[in-house]
Amino acid sequence: MHYTSPIREPLINGNKSYHDITEDISRSIEQPPRLWWIALLVSGAVATVGVLLILYTIWKGIGVWGLNKTVNWAWDITNFVWWIGIGHAGTLISAILLLFRQRWRTGVNRAAEAMTIFAVMCAGLFPLIHMGRIWMAFFIFPYPNTRGILWPNFNSPLLWDVFAISTYFTVSLLFWYTGLLPDIASIRDRTKGLARKIYSRLSFGWTGTAKQWQRFESLSLVLAGLSTPLVLSVHSIVSFDFATSVIPGWHTTIFPPYFVAGAIFSGFAMVLTLMLIARKVMGLEQYITIAHIESMNKIIVMTGSIVGIAYITEFFVAWYSGNVYEQWVFIRNRVADPFIFGPLLGVEPAPYWWAYWSMMTCNVLSPQIFWFKKLRRSIVVTFIMSIFINIGMWFERFVIIVTSLHRDYIPSSWTYYSPTWVEVGIFVGTLGIFMTLFLIFCRYLPVIAMAEVKAILKVAGDQYIEKIAEKEKADKEQTYLGGANLAGALHDKDDK
Amino acid sequence: MKHKYLVGVYNDDDVLLDAVTQVRKEGYQMHEVFTPFPVHGLDEAMGLQDTRLHTIGFVFGAIGTLFALTAMSYIMSIDWKVIVGGKPFFSFPAYGPISFELTVLFASVGMTVVYYIRNGFSVLRDAEILDPRITDDKFVMAFCLKKYHEEADITKITGLLKQSGAEEVYVKEMENELEANLIKKDGGVIVESHHH
Repeated sequence: MHYTSPIREPLINGNKSYHDITEDISRSIEQPPRLWWIALLVSGAVATVGVLLILYTIWKGIGVWGLNKTVNWAWDITNFVWWIGIGHAGTLISAILLLFRQRWRTGVNRAAEAMTIFAVMCAGLFPLIHMGRIWMAFFIFPYPNTRGILWPNFNSPLLWDVFAISTYFTVSLLFWYTGLLPDIASIRDRTKGLARKIYSRLSFGWTGTAKQWQRFESLSLVLAGLSTPLVLSVHSIVSFDFATSVIPGWHTTIFPPYFVAGAIFSGFAMVLTLMLIARKVMGLEQYITIAHIESMNKIIVMTGSIVGIAYITEFFVAWYSGNVYEQWVFIRNRVADPFIFGPLLGVEPAPYWWAYWSMMTCNVLSPQIFWFKKLRRSIVVTFIMSIFINIGMWFERFVIIVTSLHRDYIPSSWTYYSPTWVEVGIFVGTLGIFMTLFLIFCRYLPVIAMAEVKAILKVAGDQYIEKIAEKEKADKEQTYLGGANLAGALHDKDDK
Repeated sequence: MKHKYLVGVYNDDDVLLDAVTQVRKEGYQMHEVFTPFPVHGLDEAMGLQDTRLHTIGFVFGAIGTLFALTAMSYIMSIDWKVIVGGKPFFSFPAYGPISFELTVLFASVGMTVVYYIRNGFSVLRDAEILDPRITDDKFVMAFCLKKYHEEADITKITGLLKQSGAEEVYVKEMENELEANLIKKDGGVIVESHHH
C-alpha cells in the first residue's frame, strides 16, 4: 500500500525566487510607506505623555495613583502581567515552534521576537515605578554591599521574578539579535554610503560562511531548547507572586499552567493585531499568508479554551472546598451580576461583576468562533477577535488582582478601587512606547527573517508545492495503472 | 599582501551541495563555502569539523546552576540567617526557580559570547565581502590559490566547477585572508583547509 500525506498549504505565495524574497522584505526599509511617519508621530506623542506621567509619579510619589491600604496592587501589576504575557508569543514562536519544526513560524518569528523584547521593556517599567523610590531599584539585586550586609530574600517569589524577567529579557534579546545578523548583512550588501557603514557595523561582520552557519544552527537549537522551559518558567513565576500568598482568589495551585496558557493566548492576539496591519501596510501578504493566520488562530482557540477550563476549575474548587472566604471571592466579588447570577444565587451584585463578565465574554466565549474554518481564515474576524482578546486578557489580570483584594477578611477595610488619570495615562503611554519601538524596528530592520524564509522556500513555496502535488498525482496514476496491468496479466494467464 | 581565491558561483543550494561532494571526490578541498541561508548537510559534504558550541553551552549552564545554589545556600544559611515565615534557613526547594533561571542565563550568554568570539563578530568589524550576492541569492565556493597555485590544478578545478553547474567562475583578490576551517579527513585526521 502506498500512502501520501495531504499536501500542506503553501507558506510563500507568488512564485518567489530567493532574490524576490530579499527584494520584497528589504523594500519597506528602502522605501518606507508614508504612513510610517504619521504612525510614528501619533505613537511618539502617546509615548511622550506616558513618560511625562511616569516622571510625575516618580516626582510626587505613588500617592497620585488610586491605590489604598486595601487595594495596594492594581493597574500597575495588571499592566505588568499583561505586558509580560504579550511577550510570550514571541518566544513560543521562535523557540517552541522551532523545536516542533513548524515551518510557518518563519513568517512571523522576527516581528514576534521584537514584540517580546518591547513588551518585556514595558512590563519591567511597572514594578520599578511602583517601588516609589526608583533610584533605589538596584536594591533588588543581590550583591555584596555596605548595608550591613543586607541580602534580598531568596525565598520570595518577587525576587524569583527579578531573576526570571531579567533572564527572559536577556535571552530574548540575544536570540533576536543573533538571528538578525545574517539579515542585516543582506541589507548591508544592498545599500551604499553611510547606511552601508552602519549596517556593516550592525551585522557584526557576518559573511555567511559554512562554519558561521554551522555554529548558528547549533546556537539557535540550544537557545530554543533553553528558551522553551524558560518561557514556561517566566509566567509560572509571575503566577507565584499571587499563588504563594494566602489571599483567597490568589491562593490557587492551578495558577502556573493557567497563566502560561493565558500568556500565549494574549501574545498571539497581539501578534495578530500587529501583523495584520503590518502585512497590509508593508505589502507582505505573500509571506504572512492566510495559512499563517489560521495556524495562529488554532493556537488561540486552544489556549483560550485552556484558560476557560482554568476559570471554571477555579470556580468549582472554590465551591467544592467549602471554604467560605474562597466562595466569597468567587461568588460575591466576581460572578454575581445584577441580572442573572446575582438574583439566581440570591446575593447582592459583586462590585466588579462587569470586569469578570467582560473577561469571560472576551476570553472564553468569543474565541470559540474559531472552531469554524471560515472564520479562522477571515482577516476581519481575526482582527476584531485579536482586539477582543487583548482587552479580555487585561481584564483577567484586573479581576484576579483587584477583586481578590478589595474586600478581604476585615469588612471595615472594604473599599472600591478606581484608577486615577495618571494610572490610565501611564498604561496608554506604554502602548505608545511599545508602538514607537515597533515602528522603529519595522523601518530599519527586516521584519521577516529573510534567511529563514529562503531556507523553507523549496518545501513551502507555492510553485514547489504545486510540483510536489503534480508528482504525487502522477505517482498515484502510475500505481493505479500498474494495478490494471497486473490484473490484465493475470487475466491473460487465466486464458492460457 | 593580496590573497587570491578561485570562486565558483551557483544559483541553487541543491546544485551546490552536489558540486561540493563532487569536487571533494576529485581530491580538491574548497577553502570556504558561502550561502545566504543554512544549507542542511553542507558542513558534512565539506568535511567541516563538528562545532563544540553546544558543549560550551552545557559547561556554562552547569556553572550557572552551581553558582546559584552555592550563593543562595551561603547567603541564606551561613552569611545572614533570617527567619522568613518560619521556614528553615536552608530551604532547598525555594532555590529551584532562581537556580533554573541562572542556568539558562549563564548557558545562553556564555554560548552567545563564545559564538561571537569564535566567529570574530564585533561591532568594530567591517567585514570584507567576497561577493555581495552571497547574502542575497548566490551560493559561492572559494578555493585558496596559494594551496592550488599550479596551472594544472586551477584548470581542473575550474572545469569541475563549471561542469557541476557553476554559472560563473572567477578569481577574486582580497585584502584579508579568509579564516581557515578545520576539515575532517578519512580516518579521523583533522587538517586545515588552508595552504599551510
